[in-house]
Amino acid sequence: MDITIQVFLGILLVCCFFCLFRILRGPSAPDRTVAIDILGIVIVSFCALMAVITGKDFFINVAIVWSLVSFIGTLALAKYLQGRDFDE
Amino acid sequence: MNEIIAYILMGIGVGFNFFGCLGLIRFPDIYNRLQAGTKCVTLGTIFILLGVMIFFGFTGTSSKALLCLLFILITSPTAAHAISKGAHRAGVALWKKSVVDKYKEDKEGTKG
Repeated sequence: MDITIQVFLGILLVCCFFCLFRILRGPSAPDRTVAIDILGIVIVSFCALMAVITGKDFFINVAIVWSLVSFIGTLALAKYLQGRDFDE
Repeated sequence: MNEIIAYILMGIGVGFNFFGCLGLIRFPDIYNRLQAGTKCVTLGTIFILLGVMIFFGFTGTSSKALLCLLFILITSPTAAHAISKGAHRAGVALWKKSVVDKYKEDKEGTKG
């Protein structure tokens, strides 16, 4: 059944390239912010599938930390888009 | 049996992720893209983490996957809300075929 997980990982890699395309071509800054947010979530699911295919559980730790850092970065970018300081 | 259920859940999740990212490319407007991308990708990631939980059974890895699932379930809509509000305040225009903009109407109503 490893081939199933490999196909899933390939599809998620295509998703990552879609997000990178939107980061490259996005006409405005919020488009790029949306694409960065979604790229983070896709990478979290990629790490979860890597934990399944390798059988090592530290990839789940990587997924948790990646979701934390992605959330904080997205909030910082959204605050920057609103034109405010970070402590409001 | 557990593995079969886990693979089915992961397949559903990967399908949602793929169509969400396809919507991120194909939709015309930032708000439409946010709608497609964030909802579909969040649901797909939740399905994938559910599949990982069922795959690993009652272990520590499974509980960590549950933690990651709950965290994504809470934070992803929050980030999407913040991005859409920031985009609206930054003055990104709606698509030309959009019919209603309640947030703008509310702001004008409070001013006048």
